[in-house]
Amino acid sequence: MTTIGIPREAAGQRLVAATPATVTKLVGLGYDVLVEAGAGEAATFADDAYAAAGAQVVDTARAWGADVVTAVDAPSDERVALLREGAVLVAQLQPAQRPELVATLAARGVTALALDAVPRISRAQALDVLSSMANVAGYRAVVEAAGEFGGMFAGQVTAAGKTPPAKVFVIGAGVAGLAAIGTADSLGAQVRAFDVRPEVGEQIESMGATFVRAPEAQQEISADGYAKPLTQEQAAAALEVYARECADADIVVTTALVRGTAPTTITAAAVAGMRPGSVVVDLAATGGGNCELTVPGERVVTDGGVVVLGFTDLPGRMPQHSSQLLGTNVVHLMQLLTPGKGGELVLDLEDPVQRGMTVAHAGDVTWPPPPVAVSAAPPPTTGPPPPSPQEVAARQAEQAERAKVRAQRRTVAYALGALLLTLGISYAPSEFLAHFSVFVLAVFVGYYVISNVSHSLHTPLMAQTNAISGIILVGALLQIGSDDPVVTVLACVAAAVASINIFGGFLVANRMLRMFRRGA
Amino acid sequence: MTLVSLTNAIYLLAAVLFVLSLAGLSKQETARRGNVLGMVGMGLALAAVVARALNESQRAVGVTALLIALVLGIGVVVGTWRARRVEMTQMPELIAILHSFVGIAAVLVGYNSYLTGTHDGVHLVEVFLGVLIGAVTFTGSVVAFLKLSARMKSAPLTLPGRNLLNLAAVLVSCGLLAWFLAEPSVWPLALMTLIALALGWHLVAAIGGGDMPVVVSMLNSYSGWAAAAAGFMLSNDLLIVTGALVGASGAILSYIMCRAMNRSFVSVILGGFGAEEGAAAPAGGGPVGEHHEMSAADVAEALAGARSVVITPGYGMAVAKAQYPVADLVEKLRARGVEVRFGVHPVAGRLPGHMNVLLAEAKVPYDIVLEMDEINGDFDETDVVLVIGANDTVNPAALDDPSSPIAGMPVLEVWNAKQVVVFKRSMATGYAGVQNPLFFRDNTAMLFGDARDQTEKIVAALAAG
Repeated sequence: MTTIGIPREAAGQRLVAATPATVTKLVGLGYDVLVEAGAGEAATFADDAYAAAGAQVVDTARAWGADVVTAVDAPSDERVALLREGAVLVAQLQPAQRPELVATLAARGVTALALDAVPRISRAQALDVLSSMANVAGYRAVVEAAGEFGGMFAGQVTAAGKTPPAKVFVIGAGVAGLAAIGTADSLGAQVRAFDVRPEVGEQIESMGATFVRAPEAQQEISADGYAKPLTQEQAAAALEVYARECADADIVVTTALVRGTAPTTITAAAVAGMRPGSVVVDLAATGGGNCELTVPGERVVTDGGVVVLGFTDLPGRMPQHSSQLLGTNVVHLMQLLTPGKGGELVLDLEDPVQRGMTVAHAGDVTWPPPPVAVSAAPPPTTGPPPPSPQEVAARQAEQAERAKVRAQRRTVAYALGALLLTLGISYAPSEFLAHFSVFVLAVFVGYYVISNVSHSLHTPLMAQTNAISGIILVGALLQIGSDDPVVTVLACVAAAVASINIFGGFLVANRMLRMFRRGA
Repeated sequence: MTLVSLTNAIYLLAAVLFVLSLAGLSKQETARRGNVLGMVGMGLALAAVVARALNESQRAVGVTALLIALVLGIGVVVGTWRARRVEMTQMPELIAILHSFVGIAAVLVGYNSYLTGTHDGVHLVEVFLGVLIGAVTFTGSVVAFLKLSARMKSAPLTLPGRNLLNLAAVLVSCGLLAWFLAEPSVWPLALMTLIALALGWHLVAAIGGGDMPVVVSMLNSYSGWAAAAAGFMLSNDLLIVTGALVGASGAILSYIMCRAMNRSFVSVILGGFGAEEGAAAPAGGGPVGEHHEMSAADVAEALAGARSVVITPGYGMAVAKAQYPVADLVEKLRARGVEVRFGVHPVAGRLPGHMNVLLAEAKVPYDIVLEMDEINGDFDETDVVLVIGANDTVNPAALDDPSSPIAGMPVLEVWNAKQVVVFKRSMATGYAGVQNPLFFRDNTAMLFGDARDQTEKIVAALAAG
């Protein structure tokens, strides 16, 4: 039977790639799960709990020697040496930053799946570890800031006076940024947020923040879900926006991380412009930091009394839930890799999700994968270029001109028609004219009366008008008395059917109307 | 004061009562009063005309009185019998056949008027037009009746060059009118009657079953014009006024129906939809995704947990006679404090207002039955929508897909609700032959089977749970 190894992570990493809850699901997929002793200790999961969930608790060598090894971080060289040839390794391998590790794995014949290389398409969201961790990091960033900040987030009005709410400015509305916005908002802070992608404004507002609009610093909708590098003018304009907003904020959370690299968003000068006691949390510290003063992994206090937090282990500071989320991502991946549910791992390299994650396979390095078009943010449709304002104006003028001509023609036609009709009628005998006047007026009365009828009464209305049109009976009855037998017979038939109409129509309309009743 | 002037005064009174009657029908609160006013007007008019007929009778008054009593008796018996026995789901058929009666009566009155009246030009034209309209109304209504009662296939009959055929019929009738005026005899009149009968038949046969709301209103209008034409030939203002009222009424209803389907009146009348349907069905008929299914018990659970429910009924509800269990369901849900409303599309069913009548029959309060425009904005805040036997009227393609044959038709935007449940017999397409992308949405679930059985199951599950 295929085995899955859950090793204990290196010192400093408190997360674990499976929790007792996710072990149950892996066992349900048909795998034997081997958990290294103490693997979940730092995340508050005891070995007994794993055993109770159906895993075997084993030593280091057995865990790393399993058919499939799922870890949180990339393994050290001595751990790599423990992997079997042909084994499958699932971990956050950072293939872009560590090509030598990928080469080593490929050379050992290991199939390596990078949890941090999941293509950003809707279908793959369930196994996107980066999203899961970014969400936790965004939350924790606000909690860390709240710990450092010397005030309350929510404004208070008390007998001892009032305090204003904290002002939080979030840069970048990715998963982490949105999580930070939501957390800060729920603590009662006033949140403003900026992103160079104008299309995320709606998401920012949905989380409860004010979207800082700065068209000169924002760009077009991107095709792959990541922000593109800015042009020089855009970058300069964006820096100005950041400096202005930071000076006004108590807390700044900056999350700009594009494929592992962190552009500078907050210059040293911008930090200098902030009030003493303000806090900057740099979620991009792993990529070097968005803030020029960030020291990755450290807490720095500037000369101006601003605290800059460059922690790189924010998810690890909440190991219980982070492990649960990451473990569930791993379960989703294993579900994808186990189409038969019988504990048999099948890698389908035709599937863009699996292909995208596979960085080494059958001795070859398979990184980077061919590009995948993102479904989350559809690229703008490439139609004909939008008409210039002059063209639009010209077209509108042309249409207006044509409408005017049409209106003129219509007026002339109506006038002509009315003239002809009047002439025609004036030749008609006066008796006919009298009847015709009655007829025309009655048509208009009918038009205005019926226009007000509510839709729900249309059927009874029809039955009623039907009954009324049985008035033709009047004509037939007058003819019954004729001395011509043919006329009498025809009149009798006509009168009979017309009277069916009258009685049937009125009664059925009445029956329907009686059914309509108002609710209690 | 002579009898003639008295009857004319009564005619005027009756005409006013008819106008008030139709005005009363514009609102639920005054509708029954309107109905009664119409009856009173008709009673007065009949009394006046009977008095005058007896007075002017050219043979023994007793015989005439007997004949009048006989025909009125037939009318009372047959009319009352039909009105009492008809099922509400068969209302469209009843209305259609009643229209045909007006049509045939107009034809017969026209012939009589020709046989008894003067032969001056104006009168001859009046007779000719009256008979023409009456005959078209007669056969048209008969075909509509046959289609609605499923005695005839509801698919449109598409003869080659059908529009030319209609045009030819009109032109030949014009020629016959010239002949009739030049040399008054019964032959051109009879020939024209045959042509008009065929024309009426062909006009309605070319229109598909789903366009019946328009056809029935149109025939309603024709029957009015036929009565008005009879009024002209008999020089009777009451007939003219009444006919004009009814004619205008039917015309407006037709216009409302056409607008609700985003189609022009002409295209409906010429049966244009049949041609489009044939071309579109093979291309757009195939399934376009996967649908989800739900069981009656699941639906009951969803309904029990909902705060706001909207039901959008269609012709399928009438076919399955599901309005009673639906009303039962509504009552149960309302008793639990769930807000339940109905959203009725203007062309749902086979007759304008058909769904409202069915729901009223099942004792659903009319103030929770809303029109499309009233409810469309509320779907966002609706937890569950039950689509019962409706298809094209809830098709998002009408808004999203410019190439769809129903593009631009206003529809009930049910897909904005959190959960949509579609009651349907199978995955077949609706009347328009257009696939419905609604069925493949993530928040849509299908409940297959007979709408009546399934609704009853839901009611039972609700009572049990």
